[in-house]
Amino acid sequence: MDQIILQILNGLDKGSAYALIALGLTLIFGTLGVVNFAHGALFMLGAFCAITFSRILSVSHVVIDETQKDFLGNPLKVDIPYIYDWFGEPTGQAILNWSVPLAILFTIPVMITLGVIIERGLIKHFYKRPHADQILVTFGLAIVLQEIIKYYFGANQIPNPAPEAFIGSFDFGAAIGMKAGSIIYPYWRIVYFCFAMLLIGSVFAFLQFTTFGMVVRAGMADRETVGLLGINIDRRFTVMFGVAAAVAGLAGVMYTPINPPNYHMGMDFLVISFVVVVVGGMGSLPGAVAAGLLLGILESFASMRQVIEALPGINQVVIYLAAIVILLTRPRGLMGRKGVMEE
Amino acid sequence: MLGLKRKDAVLLIIVSILAVLAPIFLNPFPEQSALSQFNAGYPDLMQRFVIFGIFAIGFNILFGLTGYLSFGHAAFLGAGSYAGVWMLKLLTINVIPAIILSTAVAGVFALIIGFISLRRSGIYFSILTLAFAQMSFALAASVLTPITGGETGLQTALNDPRILDSANTTGNIPAPSLFGMHMSDSFQLNVAGWLWTFNVGYYLSAVIMLAAFYVAIRLFRSPFGIMLRAIKSNQNRLNYTGINAKPYMLSCFVISGMYAGLAGGLMVSMDPLAGAERMQWTASGEVVLMTILGGVGTLIGPVLGAGLIKYFENIFSKINDNLLHQWFSFMPEGAENFFVTIIHPFIGKGWHLTLGLIFMGVIIFLPGGLVELGQRMSKIFSSKNSVKNDKTKTTPAE
Repeated sequence: MDQIILQILNGLDKGSAYALIALGLTLIFGTLGVVNFAHGALFMLGAFCAITFSRILSVSHVVIDETQKDFLGNPLKVDIPYIYDWFGEPTGQAILNWSVPLAILFTIPVMITLGVIIERGLIKHFYKRPHADQILVTFGLAIVLQEIIKYYFGANQIPNPAPEAFIGSFDFGAAIGMKAGSIIYPYWRIVYFCFAMLLIGSVFAFLQFTTFGMVVRAGMADRETVGLLGINIDRRFTVMFGVAAAVAGLAGVMYTPINPPNYHMGMDFLVISFVVVVVGGMGSLPGAVAAGLLLGILESFASMRQVIEALPGINQVVIYLAAIVILLTRPRGLMGRKGVMEE
Repeated sequence: MLGLKRKDAVLLIIVSILAVLAPIFLNPFPEQSALSQFNAGYPDLMQRFVIFGIFAIGFNILFGLTGYLSFGHAAFLGAGSYAGVWMLKLLTINVIPAIILSTAVAGVFALIIGFISLRRSGIYFSILTLAFAQMSFALAASVLTPITGGETGLQTALNDPRILDSANTTGNIPAPSLFGMHMSDSFQLNVAGWLWTFNVGYYLSAVIMLAAFYVAIRLFRSPFGIMLRAIKSNQNRLNYTGINAKPYMLSCFVISGMYAGLAGGLMVSMDPLAGAERMQWTASGEVVLMTILGGVGTLIGPVLGAGLIKYFENIFSKINDNLLHQWFSFMPEGAENFFVTIIHPFIGKGWHLTLGLIFMGVIIFLPGGLVELGQRMSKIFSSKNSVKNDKTKTTPAE
């Protein structure tokens, strides 16, 4: 029993990353009708926004501290970040410590701007071109973004720790009345899951309860009619591309403490996210979220020791296997609508 | 000639001449000159030109004719490579059985994957092939280690059985050969400073590439090829005329997979080492890039694209900052450093950045690839002539 709960929990954090990326992919596909192979790169860029942000915060100047001596007896040189000077040392330390959550504030405008630039500058010209062209140009864009990041940040993984308050693990077993220590789960993963749910919830709320969202939904259903009503639907779709980029970026920011980012993390997630989108049903937002969580959980169940002993290698392929089975039995995916990307 | 139309025959002859003379004209600069680093006429690179050419021709048969974008073609290359190495290990060090078996194994593999993937089309097909290729990659790198050698890769060893060869357990590991001629054997010719290398492995690959090219021409012009184009332009209409497109698609997919397997077999014949990374989706992406860069659906395009990408990959990775400083040394120091700093990200390890940019440029401005570029150029030149003609011509009254 505790094993099962543990695997479900394990699956949820990875699954919520899949769900967030897949949500963005589906948003872009549903609004602009473009298959965006660069979405994994946007996820990766988000993660590197967090790295950049913490580097900006820790820009420091050297001060010679007379009270401390190094092992040669010379006064020690200490790097003091500028924020210590501005806000005082305790506040400065707290800001540095909380750099990952604070990076959200930095990432949102950056990613929205980037998304709008990409849409206006590149993807706009590909609406009328075949899907294969869209796939290929965004694939090229992904390579370019990835290589730029590699040039500036190097090829190695860059650690970016979570705030100290969230380091350590939560004894989930004790909390639900089971033996203490039977289910231990890191705090940050719980935060990640809650954050993902909050983000998904707010995207849905934005689409469901605002006028802007209503127009966008109308545009997804029938773009031409909305255009005929005198609404500039293209501009709203551009904004939606920005939103989708921001969602992917935020997923990346919060994922940095779980998995130190490197330049090709986006590609690793992208392939799986596409599988998620297809399993969920092309163009279906709830389908993308549900499929993301489901596949995440499925993957973590497949990495249980007992399962691997019975079916060696299953943990590597279970997602693809699930995708193949679902595509062949339910061609439109779990919640796909009729008539979307049939051919 | 050989059942080809005049135009195709001319194309085939040109390609054959280029392939035969490649060691000479790919080395346009004398050995000792400063420009000799742009020479591409050494065996390793030339072998890669033709082998990836075969791979791209095969991919183009699928993507160019039917429009089905497979993102998992590297799986067949990998499967072919493994089969080839096993043949070299178990049967004989002669490369012929290895090449035959790798083609056959890749064909069977393609039959299985194609049978399932082809039930869907469009983006779903791309994702399905991608999923299968990633599965093969993951399995080859982990669970199938006894067969594939896992992450270190599969290679020949001294104590392999090699039942057809006389047993040798001493000395060096035997190199792949063709009836006694080693693939790495070369004949070097030094003419007035130019060094030309004629390599056995290259010529074997080139002959096979020409055969593959010939088959591709025949395929493009055959009724079968026309049927495949019909699938690309409108599959529904084809279904309504009472034709079942499935068998055509499947045989096309299998042929395309066999080309990839053939390339894999040749690859291990030149260098008997097969690793799992050959199946990774970046490798599949590479063949897509080659085909697009050259020109989708054209005969010569994929070969051009493969050659160009492999050439630039080689040359760009070799250029370093010192070399750039040499080139720009005629400028004042400030300008020299400025240009070197600007170009620095695009060379050496940054080659993939250049590749990505070239690729995006081609997709955006030149969807037909290099072949389209050539056609446009020739159109510009011929239209100049036709403008002259127009002036002399008088339009008849209506």
